[in-house]
Amino acid sequence: MANTTSTTAGGGDFTSNLGRIYGIYTGGFIAFIILMAILSAMGVENVVIGYLFMGFTIVIYAVIGVLSRTMHVGEYYVAGRRVPALYNGMATGADWMSAASFIGMAGSLYLLGYDGLGFVLGWTGGYVLVAILVAPYLRKFGAYTVPDFLSARYGGNLARFIGVIVLFSCSFTYVVAQIFGTGLISARFLGIDFNVAVYVGLAGILVCSMLGGMRAVTWTQVAQYIVLIIAYLIPVIWMSTVKTGVPIPQLMQGQALANITALETAQGITVHHITPFVHGGYDAKNYFLLILCLMVGTASLPHVLMRYFTTPSVREARVSVAWSLLFIFILYFTAPAYAAFAKWTMLDLVASGLTPENIAEKAGWMMRWAAADNTLVQICGKAATDSAAIVAACAEKGVTALSFADINLNADMIVLATPEMAGMPYVISGLVAAGGLAAALSTADGLLLAIANALSHDIYYKMIDQNAPTSRRLIVSRILLVMVAVLAAYVASTKPSDILSMVSWAFSLAAGGLFPALVLGVWWKRANSAGAVAGMIAGFGITIFYLVMTQYGADFDKATPNMELWWGVKNISSATFGLPVGFAVMIIVSLLTRAPAREMQDFIEEIRVPRGKQMMEEKTA
Amino acid sequence: MATPDRVSYWNKTKSLMFVMLGLWVFFGYVIHMFVEQLNSIVIFGFPLGFYMAAQGSLIAFVVMLFWFARRQNAIDEEHGVHED
Repeated sequence: MANTTSTTAGGGDFTSNLGRIYGIYTGGFIAFIILMAILSAMGVENVVIGYLFMGFTIVIYAVIGVLSRTMHVGEYYVAGRRVPALYNGMATGADWMSAASFIGMAGSLYLLGYDGLGFVLGWTGGYVLVAILVAPYLRKFGAYTVPDFLSARYGGNLARFIGVIVLFSCSFTYVVAQIFGTGLISARFLGIDFNVAVYVGLAGILVCSMLGGMRAVTWTQVAQYIVLIIAYLIPVIWMSTVKTGVPIPQLMQGQALANITALETAQGITVHHITPFVHGGYDAKNYFLLILCLMVGTASLPHVLMRYFTTPSVREARVSVAWSLLFIFILYFTAPAYAAFAKWTMLDLVASGLTPENIAEKAGWMMRWAAADNTLVQICGKAATDSAAIVAACAEKGVTALSFADINLNADMIVLATPEMAGMPYVISGLVAAGGLAAALSTADGLLLAIANALSHDIYYKMIDQNAPTSRRLIVSRILLVMVAVLAAYVASTKPSDILSMVSWAFSLAAGGLFPALVLGVWWKRANSAGAVAGMIAGFGITIFYLVMTQYGADFDKATPNMELWWGVKNISSATFGLPVGFAVMIIVSLLTRAPAREMQDFIEEIRVPRGKQMMEEKTA
Repeated sequence: MATPDRVSYWNKTKSLMFVMLGLWVFFGYVIHMFVEQLNSIVIFGFPLGFYMAAQGSLIAFVVMLFWFARRQNAIDEEHGVHED
């Protein structure tokens, strides 16, 4: 790699000192939190603390992004394939845990109780499929992008092109949700208008990924993982210590659950937090189908699979999947505890005798959130923007003492509002905002890169101009990155849906469109080009048809009724239909058409063993 | 290409894959179908059915993946197809 040292900012030194560098970084971040706490105690205003937290972390990411700038194709697309398993695991953790995991999930668990655990299971178990079915084999193949593999395995640009369409659809839906999340955080903590805030979030995303591609994204994602996991754990450890005296929330969650049940019973709530299959329309069927779609989607999402292209070997890729899940697990097994402690706190608040008159004094945070966006907090069915509005709304409904059911909190605000809810100092709110931002930015970076890489590498380089010089390919990729990002920010500013739904749609689109072609491509030699193309079109087509028709209807008019659900399956599990159809069509069409050629069968044999050169060597100069 | 050793390698890899897939189905789905029954067992305030979905299955997935990485690597080395 001697010829690249000038452009890689001392790559070798850097990778051998990773432990020390990130150790110092973590210490520095903790020192920064303490400094903020001191400033806050000295009377610095809350909004200033908010700005400092978000500004400081974004500057750090930007510095890493700029230091990792590169004009080397291998570095830009796959970080030079030198990322050790553990760090790739951490980067995948940040890549994976988006605004939906950080902001949305515990909120949904708070609202849905047991039934929300479908998200926790679905977003972890999928890594088993990644490890055993897909990732090591794609690493052996040595692709730059997922469509690269489809093209090589299914001979030609048609499979590649359809792969790019599916990739674009799922990653774009996903990235819109992330920008929506950054907008939500910026609007509340920086006090700027939501429509402006989404573009501010966008700027944060672009500085990380634009100059250094995968290489910059990898090292910022590791940094972002550290911020987001600290920010997630501190409030819940705090609540656990205050409520139970033991700082291990995952363990003390049992006590929280027992208290929730007792308080619910005392307040006459019959649908308990721990009761399965009763919340929000998640009957057993929808619960298990959601788990299936999320798990299979995990093993099909290009921005996740692409992370395993960066490890030095097939063996490291496998270990890296395990590390990824371990780092993800740390947040995911905390989320149910987060939700339980937040719910316990709220139930206690209500039990303390909450009335429309004293709510401003007892829970002023609700009004601040309602002021940021009037859909976030509703009391007695109206936006709780100020004390007068609450009194008026409740008087209209004849409510004198508020019950738990009268207060309607939006799932997306619960995690961000919990520090205020539990009476923690504002510095913790600032920290949580920084964590949420890290989660949204890191995922958005990975997604935008997946989209831009597919457009520049698969469409521009492979399909339009095979002779394009390296420098032009990288410039095209950067321009596309910015264009896609701006388009996504525009869509996010129209607030299409809540974060968790948008993200779940992305999983279904990926599962329906890509999973059969990827898995059968490795595991079934008889799968051929015609089968894969037909399977992808059918699987993706059914999934997106069901999604659009049930969400928007054929006329895209919100006023008219949309298509009825098929057998009552929620559209966040659209792949329920796409997945079996995709598999069936792919298998039937493959069997009806000619078997792949001898060379293709040998190619598959080679993918299946780790030894030997990687299959695809790129011109990288 | 399809030497006897390669065939045996792939058979072992396939068996390991199916074992993992079976465990995945068990911890991902089967155990949660008995949530109501498991919930009657309460440990540290945790109804067991709730616990399995909130933490138990997740721990199983993590352990399974580290075990899989080791096991598959052993198969690779046994058949001499590991990377240098």
